[in-house]
Amino acid sequence: MDIFFQQIINGLVQGSVYALVALGYTMVYGILGLINFAHGEVVMIGAMIALAVLQALLAAAFSPVLAVLISLMMAMAVCMALGYSIERIAYRPLRNAPRLAPLITAIGVSIVLQNLAMMIWGREYHAFTLPFNSVSHQIGGAIVNDVQIGIVVVALIIMAGLLWLVHHSRMGRAMRAVAENPAAATLMGVDINRVISNTFMLGSALAAIAGFMVSVNYGIVHYYMGFMLGLKAFTAAVLGGIGNLRGAMLGGVLLGLIESLGAGYIGDLTGGFLGSHYQDVFAFFVLIAVLVFRPSGLLGEKLAERA
Amino acid sequence: MSNRSLLLFALFSLALAGCGKNESNQSSAGSSGELIIKIGAAAPLTGPQAHVGKDNENGTRMAIDDANAKGIMIGGKKARFELISEDDQTDPKTATIVAQKLVDAQVNGVIGHMNSGTSIPASSIYFKNGIPQISPSATAIKFTAQGYKTAFRVMTNDAQQGKALGEFAIKVLAGKKVAVIDDRTAYGQGLADEFVKAVEANGGQVITREYTTDRAVDFTAVLTSIKGKQPDLLFFGGMDPQGVPMVKQLRALGMKTQFMMGDGGYTPKLIELAGDAVEGTYASLPGVPLDNMPNGRDFSTRYEARFHQPIQLYAPYCYDAVNVMIAAMQKADSAEPAKYLAEIGKVELEGVTAKIAFDEKGDIKGGAVTIYQVRKGQWAAVQTMGGALAAKP
Repeated sequence: MDIFFQQIINGLVQGSVYALVALGYTMVYGILGLINFAHGEVVMIGAMIALAVLQALLAAAFSPVLAVLISLMMAMAVCMALGYSIERIAYRPLRNAPRLAPLITAIGVSIVLQNLAMMIWGREYHAFTLPFNSVSHQIGGAIVNDVQIGIVVVALIIMAGLLWLVHHSRMGRAMRAVAENPAAATLMGVDINRVISNTFMLGSALAAIAGFMVSVNYGIVHYYMGFMLGLKAFTAAVLGGIGNLRGAMLGGVLLGLIESLGAGYIGDLTGGFLGSHYQDVFAFFVLIAVLVFRPSGLLGEKLAERA
Repeated sequence: MSNRSLLLFALFSLALAGCGKNESNQSSAGSSGELIIKIGAAAPLTGPQAHVGKDNENGTRMAIDDANAKGIMIGGKKARFELISEDDQTDPKTATIVAQKLVDAQVNGVIGHMNSGTSIPASSIYFKNGIPQISPSATAIKFTAQGYKTAFRVMTNDAQQGKALGEFAIKVLAGKKVAVIDDRTAYGQGLADEFVKAVEANGGQVITREYTTDRAVDFTAVLTSIKGKQPDLLFFGGMDPQGVPMVKQLRALGMKTQFMMGDGGYTPKLIELAGDAVEGTYASLPGVPLDNMPNGRDFSTRYEARFHQPIQLYAPYCYDAVNVMIAAMQKADSAEPAKYLAEIGKVELEGVTAKIAFDEKGDIKGGAVTIYQVRKGQWAAVQTMGGALAAKP
């Protein structure tokens, strides 16, 4: 039972990160119908910037808490600027082009960012450690540390905040309007370009936070870290129903749990016939099953809610 | 009749083409009477293992520069070695493309590939074209067991290394119950298989076998499942990008289990990145500690001075591999693959990693393996096992 509880916690931590990144995919898709494959790379850039700023501030003898907060803010700021530029340079000129074109530029942007990061930060892995200790707690036989609790709590707060923003703020109303019908929104005086830019910046800020969390959790940063994470988060977004905010959150947490429980138990349940290397297969199998039986994803039908 | 003459003509022109290739190889002598010898190098220069791959390139480059500085004479001409470095991305498919590219560039020999998973598919291309290949770091048994006379390695194979690791785990560490994870690559899986054999041969018990990939960063699920089975020791067959988060998550889950890796874990990065969590971790490395080799310490000093970073992993093996190749060329007094290939197997060389000599398959003879442990944030040699040719530490 302890083991089961520990697996649930593992899945929740992993899933919270997936959910945050998945939100970035889903928001952009909801508004533009575009899959922003460079999103995983934005996560990586966020982690890299946070690390660089954190190291500089700690070297300048800032207080640890202040240094962590400033580095996170800087990472968010840089990623927002990056998200804005990506949209402005790579997607806006192609907004009326066939759908394949922006998809290909998205992959192009992803490769450019990856190689740029490789040139700036090198090929090696960098250590990312918080300037204060993360204490481990024993909860009902499972072990959780402060970082993991922090990840889940921050992710929950951010998701709640985002839902409020989309449903109750002026900007959110504009986002929903554009998602529903861009032409009508324009006629009603909504500046589509601004709304789209805002969406990209919002998603990128979330990506920066996610990047920070992943790096703190695993303790390492690498120019290649965004690729697999992006793929998983995209899966989570599709699982929950791409374009749907609550779906991305649900999909993320669900994918984390499926992976964790799948990898933890599949070997024992099948008597060693299927091993833990089927972890990814398991997750993608669930994805296929969902797509076959519910092509719009778990929460995909509530079109009015997309943003 | 006409069919037959056509065939003859085709054969004849093929032979001509073959001659043309040879001639162009010889005529690659520079205008000043220099003999240009192209050494191909293949390793992952991008992707998760790029830091280790670049280290390989650095080691090869150092050997080539040293050889050029020495002014080696081959076939009565001053030899000038050139490095052609290619990125195989640790991907078996890319490795074959890269291998063909190197063959097309008419390299005289290849140092590579870094991984077993890339060295094996590439080896058939080098073999078909008669290009000698010395891998600095491929350990999978299959690499030299395919009957390719062009494939050599200056690293012990999985059987030699897995045997040493398994013996050490059971006899020295006195572990009884062992858990094994591997990354499903030709290297990780092969080493883990041999480790399991050795553990069982020494009376130990493998209580669980789990798997991951060479791109994964989260192992909490697998580790939690292993935790429930309470092993004495956890062995991971894989590289350091996975080793770092794995050992951190192992300790974060409150497990005191001993952690052990093969040569893929013996890097300064493992300690730098995993911090306190990695203390007490074991890893093995073929050969004897650099400090115990006559030229080892000098090599690491020069490497750090030149590349402003410590040796990651296989740079010394690449250095040795190039020197073996050059020694064979000197003996044959020719850089033509067909002529110096036969000499590689006969080379005996005091390298920076070990005394190097090959057996009939192209594996390194003797094959000492040293077990290291992280002590106070440093790799410390614990014991050198096997290896008749190797010096005792």
